[in-house]
Amino acid sequence: MGGWLFDPAHWSGPTGIPVRLLEHLGYTLMTLLIAAVIAIPLGAFVGHTGKGGFVVVGLSNALRALPTTAVLILVVLWAGLGDFPVYVALVLLAIPPIMAGAYAGIRAVDPVTVDAARGVGMRESGVLLKVEIPNALPLIYGGFRGAALQVVATATIAAYTGAGGLGRLVFDGLALQEFGQMLAGAVLVALLAVLVDLGFAGLQRLTVSPGLRPVGTGGKT
Amino acid sequence: MTWIFENWDRFWEVTEVHLRLSVVPVLIGFLLSIPLGWLASRSATARAILFPLANILFTIPSIALIVITPVLIGVKILDEINVIVPLTIYTIALMVRSVADALSAVPGHVTAAANAMGFRPLRRFLTVDFPLALPVTIAGLRVATVSNISMVSVGALVGLGGYGQLFTEGYQTDNPAKVFAGLIGTVVLAVLADGLLLVLGRVLTPWARAGR
Repeated sequence: MGGWLFDPAHWSGPTGIPVRLLEHLGYTLMTLLIAAVIAIPLGAFVGHTGKGGFVVVGLSNALRALPTTAVLILVVLWAGLGDFPVYVALVLLAIPPIMAGAYAGIRAVDPVTVDAARGVGMRESGVLLKVEIPNALPLIYGGFRGAALQVVATATIAAYTGAGGLGRLVFDGLALQEFGQMLAGAVLVALLAVLVDLGFAGLQRLTVSPGLRPVGTGGKT
Repeated sequence: MTWIFENWDRFWEVTEVHLRLSVVPVLIGFLLSIPLGWLASRSATARAILFPLANILFTIPSIALIVITPVLIGVKILDEINVIVPLTIYTIALMVRSVADALSAVPGHVTAAANAMGFRPLRRFLTVDFPLALPVTIAGLRVATVSNISMVSVGALVGLGGYGQLFTEGYQTDNPAKVFAGLIGTVVLAVLADGLLLVLGRVLTPWARAGR
C-alpha cells in the first residue's frame, strides 16, 4: 500500500512530494499569519475592554458552521482560480478558534494581577501588552494550535479547484483511481499536521513565561 | 436565496440526505463514546491510549478519510457509509474527552452518597453520574454536531450526497446561486441543530438552573 509513497520517481520534479509538501506548508503558515494578525488584536481588544464579548462568541460560532468548500468555490467563481480563494476560505476557517482563544485568554487573566498593573501606574496599553497578553499566551496558543490543525487538514480541499498542496495527491489519485496516491496524500497531511503542532508546541515553550506552565509538568523543581 | 424557492424539491432532497449523513454519525459516535469516556475517566492507562489516539484521528483530513474508508472496509466509493464511518470516528474522537472530563468532574461526595444509599454501579451511573455529566457532555455534542454538519459537504467532492452536491454542481455549471443555497442550508441546519441541543440540555438538567 505504501508503494506509491516510497517510489523515488514521486519525490522529484515540479509535482513531486517535496514541492507539494512545501506548497501545503506555505498555505498553512501564510493563512495562520493573516488570521492571527486579524483575530488576536480583535479578541484581545474585546477581552480587555469587556465590551462586545457576545459579538465575538456569536461571530466565532457562526463562522464555525461555514462550509469551507462553499466559500472556496464561491470565491473562485467570483475572482477566478488561483491562491486568493484558498486564502480567503482558510483564513475564515482559522479566525474563529484564534479569536476565541485570545478573547478567553485575556478574560481569564487574574483581575488582581491586572489591578496591580494599574496600581503601579501602567497605562492601558501597557496593561494589555505587558501584563494581559503575556499572561493569556497559553490560551492564545491553544486557539492558535487548534486553528493550525484545522488549516493543515482543510488546505487539502484547495486542490479541488486546481490549487497545489498535498490535496493534489488525494484528488489526482481519485481521478486516476490510484489508491496508493490518495493514501500517500492522506498520510502526509496527517504527518504534516503532527509536525506543525510540534513546531508550535516548541515555540510556545520558548515564548511563554515558565511561571505560567501547569504545575508539575514544566520547569525544574 | 431565490434558488432555494425555485428548486424547492431538489433542495429538500439534499437537505434530507445531509441531515441523515450528519445525524447518524453523531448518534452512533455519541453512544460509543459513553463507555469509552467512562473507561477514560476511570483508568489512567485507558486515558493514555484514548486521548492521544483521538488527537491523531482528528488530524486526518476528512476528505482523506472519506476516500480511504471504502478501500479499508471494501465498499464502493459512492456508498453513504463512506461518510458515516469517518464522521462517526470524528465524533468519537471529540466526545471521548468531553464524556471523560464530565464524568471526572462529578463530585466525590455525591458518588459516595449514592454508594452509601445502596445504588449499584450501573444504576448509579445511569441515575447519578451520567445526568450530572450531561451539561459538559452536551456542550461537546454541540461542537461535534456542528462540525459534522459542516463536514458532510466534503463527501460531495467524491460524488456523495448532501448540500455539498450543490457546491460541486454550482462550481461545474458556474452557478454561484446554487453554491450559496447550499451554504445557507448548511449554516441554517447547523444553527438549528445547535439550538435544539441547547434547549434539550436545559430541559434535561432542570437542577442546573435552580437556585440562580
